[in-house]
Amino acid sequence: MSGPESHVAHALAPVATPLALGAQPAHPARSASAFEAARLALRRDLQLAFRKRSQLVQPLAFFAMVTLLFPLAISPELSRLRELAPGVLWVGALLASLLALEFLFRDDAHDGTLEQYALSGQSLTALIFAKTLAHWLLTGLPLALMAPLAALSLGVGVAAVPGIVAAVAVGSVTLSLIGSIGGALTLGIKRSGALLSLLTLPLSLPVLIFGARATQLAIHGTPFLAPLELLGALAVFAITLAPLAAAAAVRISLE
Amino acid sequence: MTWTWFHRLASPPHVYALAARLTPWFAWPAALCIVAGLWGGLVLAPPDYQQGDGFRILYVHAPSAWMSLMVYMTMAIAAAIGLIWRMKVAHAVAASCAPIGASFTFAALVTGALWGEPMWGTYWEWDPRLTSELVLLFLYLGYMGLRAGIEDPQRADRASALLAIVGVVNVPIIHYSVTWWNSLHQAPSVMRLAKPAMPFAMVAPLLLMLLGFTLLFVALLLTRLRSEVLARERSASWIREVVTG
Amino acid sequence: MRSFFDMGGYAAFVWPAYAVTLAVIGLNIVWARRALARAREEARRRLQMQREAR
Repeated sequence: MSGPESHVAHALAPVATPLALGAQPAHPARSASAFEAARLALRRDLQLAFRKRSQLVQPLAFFAMVTLLFPLAISPELSRLRELAPGVLWVGALLASLLALEFLFRDDAHDGTLEQYALSGQSLTALIFAKTLAHWLLTGLPLALMAPLAALSLGVGVAAVPGIVAAVAVGSVTLSLIGSIGGALTLGIKRSGALLSLLTLPLSLPVLIFGARATQLAIHGTPFLAPLELLGALAVFAITLAPLAAAAAVRISLE
Repeated sequence: MTWTWFHRLASPPHVYALAARLTPWFAWPAALCIVAGLWGGLVLAPPDYQQGDGFRILYVHAPSAWMSLMVYMTMAIAAAIGLIWRMKVAHAVAASCAPIGASFTFAALVTGALWGEPMWGTYWEWDPRLTSELVLLFLYLGYMGLRAGIEDPQRADRASALLAIVGVVNVPIIHYSVTWWNSLHQAPSVMRLAKPAMPFAMVAPLLLMLLGFTLLFVALLLTRLRSEVLARERSASWIREVVTG
Repeated sequence: MRSFFDMGGYAAFVWPAYAVTLAVIGLNIVWARRALARAREEARRRLQMQREAR
């Protein structure tokens, strides 16, 4: 490893060692709880991501492009766009999050870190949960913050903004979690983009349905708590089960 | 005694021979039931009070839809057994299910659309049942795509098994969300026949078709299972007798 | 007899529906049998190669 990578390795040394096989015999690896290992993995992913800031921007830029396509393809009339806004926002968010999925496992699978995680004796589920959380913080959350801008460009009133941010923020949690399962299953498959989409999109439909409905209600100024709560329920369900499934998938893909 | 039976099922040569022997016992009754069901549904059943003769599509649509779901459940259960107990035969069963289920899902969609046109005036109406069927088709295609995309057969078995389990957990959630979405927009709902109580002459062919399709599924499954078992047994000696016999 | 084929005016929908379903059934049977024949052929070939390798 040369250049910036070695800097990273240096900076991450205290982070990396508890997880490296055999680097530290018993202690932090064993006594360090799954929580501690997860926290370190989270920190590592965030630090590594900030080294490649340009990559982080790509899904957001894609989202902006997709949002731009619809008015051009349909009509510049704001009243019409406002009606379509929930659909446009959510399809764009869904596609952007699909694009971003690539970053979740690709680098770690490449340099063997994922294998280290699997062999480290730490709970792979906790580590993958940490990675997925980092992924959401880097893609889903920014998407939720960008969505209002896109909405405003589609003629949506400012009053709808909190609802839109809430819906996309909660919904994107589930999207990241579902994506982690698909990403883990397709590890190492060349040109897996289309397959990954085929696997992930059907499972993401409930998020799309509830999220778009919540956004629609927010735009109309009516209470949107019911679909938002459904989105929350989905997220809780996903948080409980998805990391388990993704960890199992990683083990299957690595064996 | 029961455990030997279960362990025998894990043995590929035993399963292969058993499948070969059992197939005709399902294939011929299936043919009988389907022919009888077709006769009953097309000829004997009286026309529907509201939908006239158009309702007869029920006799091909309902069994196809039933197949699409039943086969997916079978696939998921076999996949789970394969993952948990590491049984190659179970994975072979799951692999055999997929093309059967996908094709009948397709049939359910086409017959559903053909039923929709005279009944609703449009070929596609995004009603929750048809929309869920469409999603199910994509779940099947994803499963088959994942299998095809992974080269190592063992990894393909296990990865697709996990996908099938994740899928089966999601099917009720997806169906619920699609129904919820549909009810918001008050679209005309399912193919409901005018009278709640159907006369026996109408129900009997439906039951025959459902039974016939199920028996057909088992026969098809047993046939495909033999191919899948053969493919998974690279150099076992039992193959010699089977293949050259 | 004509009314049977006419299906009360719904012929254009009922018959294609039956045709598609029967086609799916038929194709499934053909594919399953073909897959089995192919699998047997491949197993035979593999055995042959193993025998020659020895």
